Amino acid sequence: MSATDRPRGGHQPSRCRVCKEPAVIDLPRHNANFCADHFLELCRRQVTKAIERFGMLAPGERVLVAVSGGKDSLALWDLLTDLGVEADGLYVGLGIGDYSDTSGEHARRFARERGLVLTEIDLRDEYGYDVPTAAVATGRVPCSACGLSKRHLFDRAARDGGYPVVATGHNLDDEAAVLYGNTLRWDVEMLARQLPVLPARAGFPRKVKPLVRLTERETAAWCLVRGIDYLVEECPMSVGNKHLGYKEALNRLEAESPGAKAAFYLGFLDRMAPLLADRAAQAVDGLERCLRCGAPTTSEICAFCRLVERTAGHGPVPVELALARGRR
Amino acid sequence: MKVVLRNPVREVDIPGPRPAYLVLADLGLAREAHLVIRNGTLVPSDARLEDDDRVEIRPVISGG
Ligand code: SF4
Ligand SMILES: [Zn+2]
Ligand SMILES: [Zn+2]
Repeated sequence: MSATDRPRGGHQPSRCRVCKEPAVIDLPRHNANFCADHFLELCRRQVTKAIERFGMLAPGERVLVAVSGGKDSLALWDLLTDLGVEADGLYVGLGIGDYSDTSGEHARRFARERGLVLTEIDLRDEYGYDVPTAAVATGRVPCSACGLSKRHLFDRAARDGGYPVVATGHNLDDEAAVLYGNTLRWDVEMLARQLPVLPARAGFPRKVKPLVRLTERETAAWCLVRGIDYLVEECPMSVGNKHLGYKEALNRLEAESPGAKAAFYLGFLDRMAPLLADRAAQAVDGLERCLRCGAPTTSEICAFCRLVERTAGHGPVPVELALARGRR
Repeated sequence: MKVVLRNPVREVDIPGPRPAYLVLADLGLAREAHLVIRNGTLVPSDARLEDDDRVEIRPVISGG
């Protein structure tokens, strides 16, 4: 390359694999660099491939997107809309101090600027508790009460709003980390259920993860290239999370052999998951209706209603206290 | 050059010119876990960062 080929104002040697324009990102797992347009093209292709390969969406289906204001959920919402899918958002206010206030602002701004429909549910306003309080009241880690609450509210919102599908922003790194954890423990039941699509069943919508073929570096880059102002700060409750350690371990592996993460997770889906299909099918029968809220459940009162009951009358717990307890 | 790091937000000074992947290495940051933004634009890991560039290294790993 001669000196005159170089873009002005900076020496930028790498070029897009497709069009040879200056690259904005290097993707070692594809052994290539991409310009903004061709990077976006690659992301669209990966998401389309995931949707088709796993039968995530039927044509014309309305999707409810679980929106947190972070990179994955906003990239997912943007990508689905970009691909012509009718996708509305649901944001759950978790009451995790400043983090929740700011994440809500990012979600609202994204929806407003694009004219998308965002529904909000605030745990404290509507159910009288928040995640830090639930953690202390139940004596369990915050993420457990948080996950339970989100699952319940997304299922219900899908039922009430007539959405056959709920989409979440789980990416390749998330799924590979969970797979790594399940494999280290040989948790066969969890492995059997670790699929990017959970079919609908009695009262539950289908659950899909269209971003499973994109790494988190790619979903973040999608947001940057598309000008999406997502919340970069992390949920304070995620400190010390086991999955973070798994992700770091997998990223060390990835640095040594690019593509290792994708081979691990996508290879599992292709070659291991089919062998576990019988196990996955077993766990679905025997659901009743919750006596309080009507949600499908295996006991008389569903886990969410029990959580609401346990937190009732518990004064609000500040984030710091919930964190300090969790560390003990 | 001024390099802004996140979570928590802080700033370090690194002498340029230097390719982005070496700046990441200087700071002990994994390439797979970060994006490099130069003067507001995403750049690949071999982009050369100059002294007068405004650089942000953004972590992309979520814990949730
Ligand atoms: S890190 Fe845990 S508490 Fe925070 S949003 Fe994620 S699941 Fe909820
Ligand atoms: Zn290109
Ligand atoms: Zn219930």
